Amino acid sequence: MAHLSEAAVVKINEICDRYIGEKTPLIMILSDIQKEYGYIPLEVQEIVSERTGISVAEIYGVVTFYSFFSLKPNGKYVIGCCLGTACYVKGAQQIVDKFSELLGIKPGETTEDGLFTIDALRCIGACAIAPAVTINGKVYPHVEVSEVAGIIDEYKAKEAAEA
Amino acid sequence: MSKINIKIEGHPYQVEEGLTVIDAARSCGYEIPSLCDFNHGECNQGSCRVCLVEVKGMRSLVASCVFPVFEGMEISISSPKATAARRTSVELLLSNHSINCQQCDKNGKCELLHVAKLTGARPEMFKGAQTPVTLDELNPSIVRDTSKCILCGRCVARCKNAHGNGVLGYENRGFNAIVAPAGNRPFDKTPCILCGQCVSVCPTGALMLKSEVQKVDEAMALGRHVIVQTAPAVRATLGEEFGMPIGTPVTGKMVAALRRLGFEKVYDTDFGADLTIMEEGTELLGRIQNGGVLPMITSCSPGWVNYCETYYADQLDHLSSCKSPHQMQGAIIKSYYAEKHGINPKDIFVVSVMPCTAKKFEKERPEMVNAEGLKDVDAVITTRELADMIRRSGIVFAKLPDEDFDSDIMGEASGAGVIFGVTGGVMEAALRTVYHVLTGKEHGAIAFTSVRGFDGIKESQIEINGKILRFAVAHGMKNAKVLMEQIRKGKSPYQFIEIMGCPGGCINGGGQPYVRPVFLPNEDHDILDTYMQKRASALYSEDQRNVLRQSHKNTQVQKLYEEFLGEPNSHKAHELLHTTYKGREPFRD
Repeated sequence: MAHLSEAAVVKINEICDRYIGEKTPLIMILSDIQKEYGYIPLEVQEIVSERTGISVAEIYGVVTFYSFFSLKPNGKYVIGCCLGTACYVKGAQQIVDKFSELLGIKPGETTEDGLFTIDALRCIGACAIAPAVTINGKVYPHVEVSEVAGIIDEYKAKEAAEA
Repeated sequence: MSKINIKIEGHPYQVEEGLTVIDAARSCGYEIPSLCDFNHGECNQGSCRVCLVEVKGMRSLVASCVFPVFEGMEISISSPKATAARRTSVELLLSNHSINCQQCDKNGKCELLHVAKLTGARPEMFKGAQTPVTLDELNPSIVRDTSKCILCGRCVARCKNAHGNGVLGYENRGFNAIVAPAGNRPFDKTPCILCGQCVSVCPTGALMLKSEVQKVDEAMALGRHVIVQTAPAVRATLGEEFGMPIGTPVTGKMVAALRRLGFEKVYDTDFGADLTIMEEGTELLGRIQNGGVLPMITSCSPGWVNYCETYYADQLDHLSSCKSPHQMQGAIIKSYYAEKHGINPKDIFVVSVMPCTAKKFEKERPEMVNAEGLKDVDAVITTRELADMIRRSGIVFAKLPDEDFDSDIMGEASGAGVIFGVTGGVMEAALRTVYHVLTGKEHGAIAFTSVRGFDGIKESQIEINGKILRFAVAHGMKNAKVLMEQIRKGKSPYQFIEIMGCPGGCINGGGQPYVRPVFLPNEDHDILDTYMQKRASALYSEDQRNVLRQSHKNTQVQKLYEEFLGEPNSHKAHELLHTTYKGREPFRD
């Protein structure tokens, strides 16, 4: 197994210690780690296991159950495509398919350049503006298939400007 | 406990308050078809929905394995609604189950097939997609095949109950959910100790041991000199495979069967156990007298050794350097026996019949090879595999005469060796000899009963020559961990510790016959609470019947030292009978 830097181990232990005394601290610990690092690989789960006494098998089960947690690093921009009922009947599947086609990745995957991850979500509670897409918190209402290329270009341009 | 009134199919009964419906019904003489329910709720999550019953006034059917009884409850097990629902549950399980029953190791002992028959499940009712399959057969001990898994969680519960932090868990979600070690890794890249407890509770063929019967067949077909040795715990359980009551010792019939299967020599691993006591006892005395590392911990259980190497790599010098008894005996067969009989060790094939799946791994360790590159032991078959071989050959076990082990050079074995098969047994055997060596006298009572029984951790002390020797016994890694943490903190008050991997010791090993009340019509359901005790009694009674009850009095062991090894812990003994350990990471690449 690859080993983590000492600083990371200290940080993860510090996160675990925030919830000492909690009856069921695991999800809170994992959310903090997810927010801090963007993903929770097995090596990190081992540290959490050692610190909390919860088995790696159980931690892994929780990480793979909730879609909020991920085992691999996400892209810089996470394209959240809502596939809830309202969005779905308004054609959300075609939107996801278009993102997949243009980026060359399936939902749950990340582009090789590390820029984009497609995340297929269930209802995000924005049914009035279905089909909805969110990218790092920014909401795109009433998305049409023809707009998908433009949305991707927007972020690529942003990247180019930053570089 | 107060009693409450319930009705089953309209008949009034009084049952204890707080019971689940399934246990309450059982106390009234009903056996509700069930699958995931096991051992009074050791695993009890209501996940399989096979035990559904109808309760008057309830909106939906209830899972009887988790639902508690209440005053005035009216239960129907066989209402049309309940029977149809149970059948559907089983049909749904079957729809995602690979049906190749004739090749399956659980054929004849499969609880899914059993409930399919009970509920009248129809074939291919819900034909559709199947969950992606993992087949892990990379380690020498256990095969995991998720195509047979019904996600009941028994293995998850058993692994956790036995060892604290379990290796198995649920992962992923919905249709993709599987039971697996973290990351769906193969067992040999996880902290799994290969004890096989998960195998012994799996209701289907999702977790199976890896059979080595074919290896034995091949060796015989090639005309190798095939010698078999049997572990103490096998004689206490083999009879169960042939319908005998649990706790029936079948030593004589087992030996007779092995001879009829064509083994050249049938030896008792108890001889190796006596040898282990001589080596281990001497090692302990040496450590005490010379200020060596204490407490010393036994190393007979390969599951425990795997655990120690994984989680306590910094404490490996506490482990006795002794090989386990069957490895010692294998080493002696390929040296002393070969020399005595003028046989080239290369032509000898040693088979160990063990209660243990981890022994299959142990014999493959690079440390278990002699100077000529020969393995001490060539094949390990478990009690269940031996039973398969006996059945296959047409031998009617019950009609076999009682025969004795071969007695030429490794025929003598003490009662101390017999009790190696149960938690506390190695400690008791060692104490019988250590006391003698230190005092020159025999301990008044031969039996050290303080180390018997199934408490998770047992501790005691004896006075030897005015000095107190403190010792402890643990079984299951959950308990071992407590003692190991004491050691790591430098706070262990003991000089000697016995640890066995499986709860209860070898009598409850992963290779022992399955204990399933549904397939044991003559046993009470409570057999799940009492089977270990019964199996242990079989060993203790065998010890009591034995005239020879102390390892150091074994004259053939004495002769082995005179003629071949010199003395315990001699250079030659170290070469053949001792081993080394190395740490390993829990999750290896």
